[in-house]
Amino acid sequence: MTAVVTPGAPAAPPGTPGAERPPGRRPRRRLTPYWLLLPAALWLAVFFVAPLVYQASTSVQTGSLEEGYRVTWHFATYGEVLERYGEHFLRSFGYAAAATALCLLIGYPLAYMIAFRAGRWRNVLLVMVIAPFFTSFLIRTLAWKTILSDGGPVVGALDVLHVLDVTSRLGLTSDDRVLATPLAVVCGLTYNFLPFMILPLYGSLERIDPSLHEAARDLYATPATTFRKVTFPLSLPGVVAGTLLTFIPASGDYINAQLLGSPNTQMVGNAIQKQFLNVLDYPTAAAMSFVLMALILVAVTVYMRRAGTEELV
Amino acid sequence: MAPPSDTVPPPPRTPSAVPRARRPHPLLAPVRLLRRHAVVVAGTLALAYLLVPNLVVLVFSFNKPAGRFNYEWRTFSTDAWTDPCGVADMCGSLSLSLRIAVLATLGATVLGTLAAFALARYRFRAKGTANALIFLPMAMPEVVMAASLGTLFLNMRVAFGFTTILIAHVMFCLSFVIVAVKARVMSMDPRLEEAARDLYAGPVQTFLRVTLPLAAPGIAAGALLSFALSFDDFIITQFNAGPSTVTFPMFVWGAAQRGTPVQVNVIGTAMFVLAVAIVLVGQVTANHRRRSR
Repeated sequence: MTAVVTPGAPAAPPGTPGAERPPGRRPRRRLTPYWLLLPAALWLAVFFVAPLVYQASTSVQTGSLEEGYRVTWHFATYGEVLERYGEHFLRSFGYAAAATALCLLIGYPLAYMIAFRAGRWRNVLLVMVIAPFFTSFLIRTLAWKTILSDGGPVVGALDVLHVLDVTSRLGLTSDDRVLATPLAVVCGLTYNFLPFMILPLYGSLERIDPSLHEAARDLYATPATTFRKVTFPLSLPGVVAGTLLTFIPASGDYINAQLLGSPNTQMVGNAIQKQFLNVLDYPTAAAMSFVLMALILVAVTVYMRRAGTEELV
Repeated sequence: MAPPSDTVPPPPRTPSAVPRARRPHPLLAPVRLLRRHAVVVAGTLALAYLLVPNLVVLVFSFNKPAGRFNYEWRTFSTDAWTDPCGVADMCGSLSLSLRIAVLATLGATVLGTLAAFALARYRFRAKGTANALIFLPMAMPEVVMAASLGTLFLNMRVAFGFTTILIAHVMFCLSFVIVAVKARVMSMDPRLEEAARDLYAGPVQTFLRVTLPLAAPGIAAGALLSFALSFDDFIITQFNAGPSTVTFPMFVWGAAQRGTPVQVNVIGTAMFVLAVAIVLVGQVTANHRRRSR
């Protein structure tokens, strides 16, 4: 479209702002991202944010399923929850922290190996890390029942190596068995969330320029110093992302505690699930999930402050 | 007797600049070798830790257990493999899970891709809020989302079943698709699209022939991820399924309480082999294509 030039008036120089641009074009373009975002944002608002808000109100309601629930600002539910399920919360965070530490210990060498030592096997190894996902994780968790079965080779080996003596003194196992003990639950959690640790670790290790290692070697750094001063600091974003991706889901998990543990190893997830699906006490379930969420939020905030990495997404 | 070597310093390469302790000592060579291999040994052990359960699942798919539970080895048998659907309700739950996963993937991929383009390509005021909204579902334990969505459905008197599961799955898959696609779109070279426009491609043509093919790997990654997440999801599904809709993970959960049929292992192994085969074929064809170019 050509600009209409009034006769007599000098033609507007090219590039003059405003006048000849068809009106409405700019605002429309400014709205484009909102239109693109709208469906996803609506979906999350309705099925993620709204339920959380509703959950907050549920946690201070009283009533029953037959008579209906009413908001009575019954904050006492929170007190009851903390009193009755304090142990569950402690266990959840303890097991999740232990599993996260183990994941880091086990996952770091593997991620390092894939990033720096694998050569052309790199993609094959990555597929092998993701491959377990292809079998339903419930089936794989049940396989641990076989692996850790009483009198099986793993338990036998641990017994011969006197590992079980140490763990039972720490209260992690009892009576020469691993199944139905905290150790089994932590082992299952570690196993289930290990890929979530390895992949971000690999992501940040892979980005490290190998010539930095050479430079460190040229400057007479021992491998240990190179790792401490070069590799590990550069992999910190991966460490932070991996620990969060492991710790958060692990602390809310109830599958490992249910399948591999005993009534004495129940986590918060088990309690929430029971309240929601069996006892049908929705306010208690809501209060528990809120406490869980708040505690995780606090833990993550403190951790992120200390780790100092904020650009994660 | 010869004095300890450090009393007689050999002529330094650069005078006094090289700290003695840093020079690799020949006696330390095996230690260094061991250290170098320690990473490989530890990594291989970690890989074994990851893969042994799959091996157990495979082996026990050929078991003929004595009781209802398939945890102890008895005798070799191919019964389960010749009759994979011989267990009541199992294959029905499998097909239900597949249907939900396909639909959830479709929904999450379409919505997520649109949103990812908005976040990767535009600057707008609500961007920070939008990013937070997308990050939160990934930073929240599943059980919290599961319970809150379930409570909402319950109080809105929505009938639990296929639809509620699908809604929940699209909800938690969305964020993962957005992150995957966004990363890809942000790493794309904008000059390619400018070039297309300079060569008189219209906006639609540019999008279909340049932008979309470039973004395709990210979209595919997001779609694959959400398929896997949806197909394998248990916690959110259990809270939002109601009593009569049983997905495959829910079937396995039930079986873990009542008795695990060997067929569960057959399905697990078959899925594993199939998926690994697909990935390997994809890798090989990708390599082939790269080489032939």
